[in-house]
Amino acid sequence: MDPLLMTPHQQVFAVLISLIVFLLIIELVRRRRVREEYSWLWLLTGAVMILLVVWQQLLLLITRVIGAVSPVTTLLLCSLLFLLAIAIHYSVIISRLTTQLKNLTQEFALLESRLSHPERR
Amino acid sequence: MRPLVVIPAFNEALTIGSVLERVAALDLGLAVAVIDDGSSDATAVIARRAGTRVVRLPFNMGYGVALQTAYKFALREGYDCVVQLDGDGQHEPGDIPALLEVIERGEADLALGSRFIGGNTYWPGAARRLGMHFFGFLAFALTGVRFSDVTSGFQALNRDLLEFFATERYPADYPDADVLVMLKRAGFRIKEVPVRMYRKPGARSLHSGLRPIYYVFKMLLSISMTPLRREVIERRET
Repeated sequence: MDPLLMTPHQQVFAVLISLIVFLLIIELVRRRRVREEYSWLWLLTGAVMILLVVWQQLLLLITRVIGAVSPVTTLLLCSLLFLLAIAIHYSVIISRLTTQLKNLTQEFALLESRLSHPERR
Repeated sequence: MRPLVVIPAFNEALTIGSVLERVAALDLGLAVAVIDDGSSDATAVIARRAGTRVVRLPFNMGYGVALQTAYKFALREGYDCVVQLDGDGQHEPGDIPALLEVIERGEADLALGSRFIGGNTYWPGAARRLGMHFFGFLAFALTGVRFSDVTSGFQALNRDLLEFFATERYPADYPDADVLVMLKRAGFRIKEVPVRMYRKPGARSLHSGLRPIYYVFKMLLSISMTPLRREVIERRET
């Protein structure tokens, strides 16, 4: 056995964590607590994590390509990158919502001002 | 020309009445709108009682959003020129005609009231002045134009500019020196006009607490973004 491979112990733990995240998101979507459009990055994260843990040869390949010492580091790095992507994704969404809220608020104020001054128009 | 005087106000119940009186005392028959930025005091009530049109934001959105609301209001109600002054009594309403004149004569798209030309004015504190000099210099480096008062909120704008500002190009969180840089790059004409400004007693200005730090960061980022954005160049080409 390649000494660099993850031990079964590590594998079980990693798959378990990924599965829990995956199922939690699925459940939240089912209960409509998380909208489908905001769930895909989480599901992708979970799926890729499971894939990497199960498909050890792929994990080893990536480990060599990025020059990491241990596959566990690669796994950690991957999850970190995904979290980063999710955080940036949220920044984009929040910015869009902020703009929409601003425009909506302005629209409301303008309409209300017109309603209370019916003499114009 | 149909000019509109707009006054963004957040909790200015103490001063808004006298500002409105002083505008009315000019006797120019100017239409006035107060943009009440979600005040929790009687700002809107006082303004309405004075017979002023009030546009009331349901919660506090910040100075820039209030101003942009004013621009959208002016466009919808068919005004073609806006003079903006603060509701805290800091700006001298007697200088409104001087700003308006620049726009009416078509000398510029933006008449920028400056407290530093003309001589009769107060000088802000050292930290504030340092910031003004710094951003004034940065604006100069990027546009080749020296502005004496980059943080002035006492301005008059023509319709072209109102339309430009009614879009997402307008940096609605802290419009300031970055707006001047953007306008210059987009080919708008800016002219500085001497105005009087007063120090507000016990002023809780836009630039207090931790905000100056955010302000400096935001302004640096916003100014450096301007040359990188295509939309400004697109406007110049049309």
